[in-house]
Amino acid sequence: MSSARTATPRPTDIYFFATCVVDQFFPGAGMDAITLLERQGIRVHFPDEQTCCGQPAYTSGFPDEARKVAAHQLTLFPEAWPVVVPSGSCAGMMKHHYPTLFARDPVRKAQAEALSARVYELTDFLVNVLNFKPEDCGSDCTVVLHTSCSARREMGVHLTGRQLLGDLVKVTVAQQDHESECCGFGGTFSIKQPEISGAMVEDKVKALKATGAERVVSADCGCLMNILGHAAWKDAQEGRSTPSLPGEHIASFLLRRTGGAQ
Amino acid sequence: MSTPQTPHTLHFMPSAGFRARAKDVVENPFLRKSFRGAMDFLMSKRAAQFPDAEELESLRSLGERIRQYNLAKLPTLLEQLEANLTKNGINVHWAETPEEANAIILGICQKHSARLMVKGKSMVSEEIELNHAAEAAGIGALESDMGEYIVQLAHEKPSHIIMPAIHKTKEEIAKLFAENVPGVAYTDNVDALIQIGRNVLRQKFLEADIGLSGVNFAVAETGTLCLVENEGNGRMCTTAPPVHIAITGIEKIVEKLEHVPPLLSLLTRSATGQNISTYFNMISSPRKPGEKDGPNEVHLVLLDNGRSQAYADEQLRKTLQCIRCGACMNHCPVYTRIGGHAYGTTYPGPIGKIISPHMLGLEATATMATASSLCGACGEVCPVKIPIPELLMRLREESFSAPHANPAMRGQGAGYSRLVSAIWRAWAAVYRSPGLYRLATWAGSRFSWLMPANQGAWTTVRTPLKPAPKRLRDMLKERG
Repeated sequence: MSSARTATPRPTDIYFFATCVVDQFFPGAGMDAITLLERQGIRVHFPDEQTCCGQPAYTSGFPDEARKVAAHQLTLFPEAWPVVVPSGSCAGMMKHHYPTLFARDPVRKAQAEALSARVYELTDFLVNVLNFKPEDCGSDCTVVLHTSCSARREMGVHLTGRQLLGDLVKVTVAQQDHESECCGFGGTFSIKQPEISGAMVEDKVKALKATGAERVVSADCGCLMNILGHAAWKDAQEGRSTPSLPGEHIASFLLRRTGGAQ
Repeated sequence: MSTPQTPHTLHFMPSAGFRARAKDVVENPFLRKSFRGAMDFLMSKRAAQFPDAEELESLRSLGERIRQYNLAKLPTLLEQLEANLTKNGINVHWAETPEEANAIILGICQKHSARLMVKGKSMVSEEIELNHAAEAAGIGALESDMGEYIVQLAHEKPSHIIMPAIHKTKEEIAKLFAENVPGVAYTDNVDALIQIGRNVLRQKFLEADIGLSGVNFAVAETGTLCLVENEGNGRMCTTAPPVHIAITGIEKIVEKLEHVPPLLSLLTRSATGQNISTYFNMISSPRKPGEKDGPNEVHLVLLDNGRSQAYADEQLRKTLQCIRCGACMNHCPVYTRIGGHAYGTTYPGPIGKIISPHMLGLEATATMATASSLCGACGEVCPVKIPIPELLMRLREESFSAPHANPAMRGQGAGYSRLVSAIWRAWAAVYRSPGLYRLATWAGSRFSWLMPANQGAWTTVRTPLKPAPKRLRDMLKERG
């Protein structure tokens, strides 16, 4: 899906759409992604009026509410620069669902299509547009990568995160059992069906821990919220004071491995 | 809001008990492990059949096009099918509801003073709960598919559309046989168990007055009923008894014979990971003069049961593309956790979630569509590319939106809540307004210490969510 974009000219400027989860819950991941992009010589623009892609309402069966929120984002990116999103899930919403969402509104549909054509998930953008090859300056470590279902099945960018980690010479990427299976987050699914969602995240955390990896990295903070939240809960249940499965956004990991914020 | 129809007298469990049933399975480590093992096995069997991703994609696209082409012509094809079947000597019956279908089938049985019906595997017969109706009419209905036979002995319903007894271990089956089959000692040797079943059934095929079967593809142009099976029981049911009754949904129709091979290939490879099934039956007439076997009478019952409601809506129509392979359930992380019975509907798993609301109404099935993380595994493996996640979102909308005139679905608005709708409206009001959003998120960060430790369902297995002390926008401002 993304390989066709390798010919995209290298931009000088990009928009950064942080997502509401990163803005409020994982701001460090957002900062690290921005720093990583800037270090590639890119000017990163953060439209201050941005809020949320609208996905929570959309997937919960409230498309009218999603449309109102999405319509607001449509107006925030006037220049023809790429819009880079540090989340496969939110990028998927903007890229694949915005045109459907505005199917009955010709003006906004055209805007949505124009926008969706330049929406990129972060790792896809790093690999396929910037041709970023991270140079590892860290010491030996083993990590495990969790790829969100949207990144994998909607955006088709499950290989780019793996490629970036693969470029880090001292990092071993562990292979977990049932890698392509959902972590059980699914937005409101996690609170509407907590028993099933709980069973899914329990299995996911077990599989990630069983690899013996020092940490889990992911390009989606929704999954991280779920996975790390369960891992920490389990630690508390079992009386551990140090996290048995620390984790972070892939942008933070990449930035640290390639020399930090300098 | 549409007028709710009289509830069927069928034995479907209400949607309200779904969470409790799911919880029971999720908390049973034995069942969890057993479902996981079974689904892993089926997934790897399928994967081995499709080593070439490009071939799979082109075959799926072809399957999708064939199904969409035939659905687009459905009304004409149904007439053509009826005409050609009639010409071939097969009696065609139309049933709008399960009750009508049962009445037709039992009417044929009574005409022949039938006492025993042997059944090949048919999910549509499960859908109409034919066994209950037959029993009530004093007619024995015996399942002859091994999995269905096991489920029937246990007085249960199938938990999977292809592998009805997938929830049972061989030890459970051994016990069931020892207790129910006269003269049989306990053995958990699988081959021995199969032989026991075969011996019982072999005699029944000869005794039966009626053979009942499903249909995988009904070919309009030739008037042919195609039946896919592995055990030979389908062939026995459709040839040994003097009367054969086939039952199927109105959507299982293709125009041309040449539409069958690609669909058959997709079906067997997706379902059981077989290149081809052991048996493939093509039934085009009753016994002809001079022929040595075959039934004297063949009937086809075409059932609607809500399918025309799905058909009437362009998006919902895609539900009817289904060829019932079951791959969506094999790959579903939810089905893998809870098994088929928890759904409480004839068709479990992703396909069950999207088709059951048309059969039972949204009142009875409103919560089913919420039992998905929308991970997309089902849509990814569907051999005819049904966009299941998209349809689940549509069903959520149909269920949660305020009741309105001329709904596309029976029970539209069944899950409507004034409060929940108001919450989403308030959410949209905040998130469409940068000022309100900034204020709300500022307050979230400033007062994050106020976030309760108990956050309901979220904190049953997770630590509480807590906004970061500074938002990304604050950090960017500070950096300058």
